[in-house]
Amino acid sequence: MNSHETVVYENTFPVEGKSFNNAGQVSTQVKALLQKMKIPIKIARRAAIVTYEAEINICSYADHGKIILRVTPEEIIIEAIDEGQGIADIEAAMEEGFSTATERIWRMGFGAGMGLSNMRNFSDYFHITSEVGKGTRLKMIICIDDKHLGKQ
Amino acid sequence: MTLREVQKILEAEVFVGYDQLDIEVKTAFGADLMSDVLAFAKAGSLLLTGLTNPQIVRTSDVLDIAAIIIVRGKRPLPETILLAEELKIPILGTKYILFETAGRLYAKGIVGCIETVSATREFS
Repeated sequence: MNSHETVVYENTFPVEGKSFNNAGQVSTQVKALLQKMKIPIKIARRAAIVTYEAEINICSYADHGKIILRVTPEEIIIEAIDEGQGIADIEAAMEEGFSTATERIWRMGFGAGMGLSNMRNFSDYFHITSEVGKGTRLKMIICIDDKHLGKQ
Repeated sequence: MTLREVQKILEAEVFVGYDQLDIEVKTAFGADLMSDVLAFAKAGSLLLTGLTNPQIVRTSDVLDIAAIIIVRGKRPLPETILLAEELKIPILGTKYILFETAGRLYAKGIVGCIETVSATREFS
């Protein structure tokens, strides 16, 4: 991952915490932006999927948060940063099926403990840090060049 | 087959997308868990679901789902209809339960967007 690479696009999108009023709005915007930049649809779709799951997590658990989108000629970098309860046991949270979701989150069609593993599976690089009572930071990179697919 | 034929087979009500009934569909995915839809559904498929909230539209937008079929006689929430109109994603509703909806479509040639889940990463 070349962090010094030219950033051709950068934007920060605020995400409302503990509310589903606008859940998914950032993902819709991110996908439209990437398509406008002529990024192949398969790549744009994966970026939208990981953005959406990250957004749902902020809407579900955080007090407030933001999603930062950066695009270089070779990579799409998505960071989700929130302030809120944080995750006590990241290893457990990463396992499919582990969940602390409430009824409200279930009713939206989420909360089954798939979000973090979906984000990891659909990105080429995935990194999570969290502090209980402070918040969670996620960084995901999706390679634009097809030949990089599957690289971890 | 066209979405119009899907509508006929399912005796479905069209909530959004009267002007999009000529789109072609070949595959479908059914689930009430949006994270599973995100993990497994493929672009261009029908989404069969019992959920009615706006997240079915957001999920469909992210994945380029062709159309949403709400099963079990449920109706989309007003905010779901508004969002689907904005994002131009058709929503149909059928009284058939999920099993019957899937069976009736399968009998007429619609197949699953995947048959089984794969252990390796596959992107559509």
